[in-house]
Amino acid sequence: MRPDFSVLLNFWDTLALGAFWTIALTGVASVISVVFGILFAVVALYAPAPIRWPVRAFEWVFMGTPLLLQLFLIYFGLITIGIDLPAFVAGALGLGLYFAVYNSDIIQAGIRAVDPGQTEAARALGLSRWQTIRDVTVPQAVRSVVPPIGNNTIALLKDSALVSVIGVAELTLAAQQAIGRSFRPLEFYVAAAVIYYAINLALEAVLRRIERRISLAR
Amino acid sequence: MTGTFDIDLMIRVLPFFLQAAQLTILISVLSVALGLACGALGTAARLARNPLARLLGAAYVSVFRGTPALIQLFLLYFGGPQIGIHLDAVTASVIALGVNIGAYMTETMRGAIVAVDKGQTEAARTLGLGRARAFVDVVLPQAARLMVRPLGINIIAQIKTTAIVAAIAVVELTYTAQRYIGSTYKPFEMFILAGLIYMAIIYVVSLLIRWLDRKVQLP
Repeated sequence: MRPDFSVLLNFWDTLALGAFWTIALTGVASVISVVFGILFAVVALYAPAPIRWPVRAFEWVFMGTPLLLQLFLIYFGLITIGIDLPAFVAGALGLGLYFAVYNSDIIQAGIRAVDPGQTEAARALGLSRWQTIRDVTVPQAVRSVVPPIGNNTIALLKDSALVSVIGVAELTLAAQQAIGRSFRPLEFYVAAAVIYYAINLALEAVLRRIERRISLAR
Repeated sequence: MTGTFDIDLMIRVLPFFLQAAQLTILISVLSVALGLACGALGTAARLARNPLARLLGAAYVSVFRGTPALIQLFLLYFGGPQIGIHLDAVTASVIALGVNIGAYMTETMRGAIVAVDKGQTEAARTLGLGRARAFVDVVLPQAARLMVRPLGINIIAQIKTTAIVAAIAVVELTYTAQRYIGSTYKPFEMFILAGLIYMAIIYVVSLLIRWLDRKVQLP
């Protein structure tokens, strides 16, 4: 079957909907990845050993195994223990937690790089240990780690294609659905690649803007 | 059925997982070898004097890093036959993953070469070495030292990325785990088994990289 890209016109709405869900998934998962990234980093650096070690073990396992395998575990594992999450929630959670581990590493380095004088000054001014971490150290660290976290977010966008295997109707699965009806894989995977590339460029532009704004604020 | 942790089952299916791990290792090794070749070619293109070669090199990196590896794999395996490219699943996996990681390796290699002090090239040229000799004998050995560690990070990422070929039914580790999750309803046991094997492979590879990194460093 010779490639004929006019077939895309018949399924543009399927692809558009898929692109929408890919963007939504990337958005939700990246928020999870940053929030939990901060949480894991704070636990790894400040929490007492009984809390720190389980989190470390969790991080270690998530870093050492493929995302796809983890998605299968979350999706099927939760069902066996009686928690039936919608595929979108399971996908966003799996994707978000996987990248949270990588973000945590970056944020830990960022927190260590904050001048100890900041902590000393905050403590001298009467802030508690927790207030110092929350209001002084972490905000400064987060600012300095925006560029590497941005890179992770771009990686997250591309890995979001994997959640198609647990049935989230994002762009990859949308392309597969269109292929199922049109029998034209080449056209639709090229179309999906082009759309991913466009979202990627847009995301990079947004991240550059955020980086510029933050560096101005300093 | 649920609630108890089934170690007997894990031991019973272990041989199948180990067999699948061999395919994971094979795909990793072959795709990394192809990736290194693509990376070297991409780096040569990006550093070339010919502007067309530079443009092609930049386009290669941008397109393959800008789209999901899974889409690239599907495009080759399912879309290829439409333009006369018929590949079996393992070959398609090796090619798609190899060309994909090659784009990342291009950036790693180029970064290491650019990081070598310009004064090194200038000094070599002043001493009468040709452009090619200065690059091969002076810049490249120094860049190679800078490359080992970041290429190692690329390679370890690649081992985990090979899991995506489960999506085209290559019977490697993740596909095997998925199949046994489906047939036994023991997701945690199967995850732990596959996860431990992945971590073991990655641990061995990271030891090799650390050994190589020490070996290439100056005493």
